[in-house]
Amino acid sequence: MNLLVIIGEALRALKLNRLRTGLTMLGMIIGVAAVVLMLSIGQGAQININNTIASMGSHLLIVVPGATSSGGLRFGSGSVRTLTISDAQAVAELPSIEATAPVISGIAQLSYSANNWSTSITGVTPDYFSVSNWELADGSIFADADLRSAIRVAVLGSVTAENLFGNEDPIGKTFRISNKPFLVVGILAVKGQSLSGRDQDDNVFVPITTAQRQILGNQFPGSINHMLVQAKSSDTLDEAEAEITQLLRQRHRIADKMENDFTVRNLTALATVASTTAKVMAWMLGSIASISLLVGGIGIMNIMLVSVTERTREIGIRMAIGASYRIILMQFLLEALVICILGGLIGVALGIGGAWMVSQSTDMPIVVTFNMIGLAFIFVTAIGIFFGFYPARKAAALKPVDALRYE
Amino acid sequence: MSVVNQPAPNPILIQIDRLCKSYELTDRSGELISQPVLFDISLTINQGEFIAIMGHSGSGKSTLMNILGCLDTPTSGNYWLSGRNVATMNSNELAHVRNQNIGFVFQSFNLLKRMTALENIAIPLLYAGIGRKESLKRSQAMLDLIGLGKYRDHLPNQLSGGQQQRVAISRALINQPQLLLADEPTGNLDTQTSHDIMTLFTQLNRNQGITIVLITHEEDIATHAQRLIRLKDGRIVQNEVKLSN
Ligand SMILES: Nc1ncnc2c1ncn2[C@@H]1O[C@H](COP(=O)(O)OP(=O)(O)OP(=O)(O)O)[C@@H](O)[C@H]1O
Ligand SMILES: [Mg+2]
Repeated sequence: MNLLVIIGEALRALKLNRLRTGLTMLGMIIGVAAVVLMLSIGQGAQININNTIASMGSHLLIVVPGATSSGGLRFGSGSVRTLTISDAQAVAELPSIEATAPVISGIAQLSYSANNWSTSITGVTPDYFSVSNWELADGSIFADADLRSAIRVAVLGSVTAENLFGNEDPIGKTFRISNKPFLVVGILAVKGQSLSGRDQDDNVFVPITTAQRQILGNQFPGSINHMLVQAKSSDTLDEAEAEITQLLRQRHRIADKMENDFTVRNLTALATVASTTAKVMAWMLGSIASISLLVGGIGIMNIMLVSVTERTREIGIRMAIGASYRIILMQFLLEALVICILGGLIGVALGIGGAWMVSQSTDMPIVVTFNMIGLAFIFVTAIGIFFGFYPARKAAALKPVDALRYE
Repeated sequence: MSVVNQPAPNPILIQIDRLCKSYELTDRSGELISQPVLFDISLTINQGEFIAIMGHSGSGKSTLMNILGCLDTPTSGNYWLSGRNVATMNSNELAHVRNQNIGFVFQSFNLLKRMTALENIAIPLLYAGIGRKESLKRSQAMLDLIGLGKYRDHLPNQLSGGQQQRVAISRALINQPQLLLADEPTGNLDTQTSHDIMTLFTQLNRNQGITIVLITHEEDIATHAQRLIRLKDGRIVQNEVKLSN
């Protein structure tokens, strides 16, 4: 008997018991849909993180005030402002360093006509924009000269610009930060979320000197929140870290056995960790979803066992008229496989649909790859064979006379 | 259907030698007990014979028939079918023999409930590896021959007992077996229908040389056969060829 005929018979047998077939299939459908959905969400998250990493700027180190203790990072509290702008300038002179960008930041109230908006104010030097990979959408950034005179100019993140100015073109307009008027000179291109999930586009950049003296005025003149350091290349990151540490210890007059009062962190390494975490998360989601596939498979085995028992007499009759072991085995195995593969098809469709809906309601890119669908199908077929085999073998191994006598 | 001539040199189709069968049962205390049903049966059946097996209920007729039909295996003794020792065949070969060489007819018809008359007849052809189209075509021809052509799409429960049995007989004959085994084929049928079925058997035996072994409880059904074998408590107590008929 050829395979097509057996498949036909299997389909028939399944059609005769629609409700049961449907319910059994539902287990597969839900399992496959969950796997596809979870894998695509996982992949989307990973792509998101990779985009963020790409937007972050390359071979970066970040130097923050405060010591590293053995238990992890201990961040400098407000009073520990051990880093200064001149530290940053000194670091920039090191041979393995391309550029540095000292940063001070805080929150302030913005206003333009009737609009009020509270957001983060970041005081930076012009180098900051190139070091951290910002692109301009419109206008220009401020110059070194603006820094020296601490004038009131600002470069807006796209979200802030939108919130404050709506449809108006902000370039050349004056708005207020903490009630002091500032001139908008540039608008930045969209960048998205940072690794920590903060919206980087909701930000106002002003010259670091202006921020220090006029907005965020703080008790230690010249102190900064952190500095970004761009090494000449990714190969010299370790070297750069060592040089920075040595220089800053010297500048801060730290005795040989004392702890550093600052911490140098490798942003690229952090990014790698984040990306690995995302990958692990994706696999974990997938694995959890595949448990439901497993449960669906057990459901199939259960139903197939019931079906074999119910149809024992039919099996006996078939054997009496010449069905071989192989034919009976194939008949039941194919019934299980048809349930799995049909369920798999519907599940993939539902999974893709669900992924699409998720991507519509969040701005996460959702990726459904052929690999994922292929994987789902291999999985589903394996489940069909694995859980269908035992009942099918049970049917095929019946003795004809026993099967025929079964009531 | 082609005419199978009785080959003169070796007309022996079935030979069984000191065949015994006992069933293993577990009694209430869970112990295995062996219940002997057939004792030292020796029997030779030639090609083209028409044999009736009679005997009281429980005498072992069906047990013997199931062994002859390769549905069951003897506990001891030998069984040669067309010169082949059945004990040496694997399950695949046995399935092939049941498909090609033996046709089975049961008292309770044993049609597949969810298939039409036509499809029921076609299954042995499908198992023989013949394509679906060709199988259905041959089955239709068989149905026409047996006078049930217009019932092709009826399910078994939409047919009378006599019609069901004729469909079952068609199914048994579709692969042109040498041996037709019938276990009380008329047990569930009225006298007239039983007579029709027996006429059909007689024709098959005479015109096509099909060997028939039939179990019955009714003497007048048995008169259609050429030889009568009587079983009593698992032993052959009568085995005679009737000269009439
Ligand atoms: N599967 C079985 N397990 C145990 N004992 C069995 C089994 N099948 C049949 N027997 C026993 O074997 C004996 C013969 O049974 P069998 O069916 O061959 O009788 P029979 O001659 O066909 O009777 P009937 O005319 O009523 O059909 C009976 O005593 C029965 O109880
Ligand atoms: Mg019987």
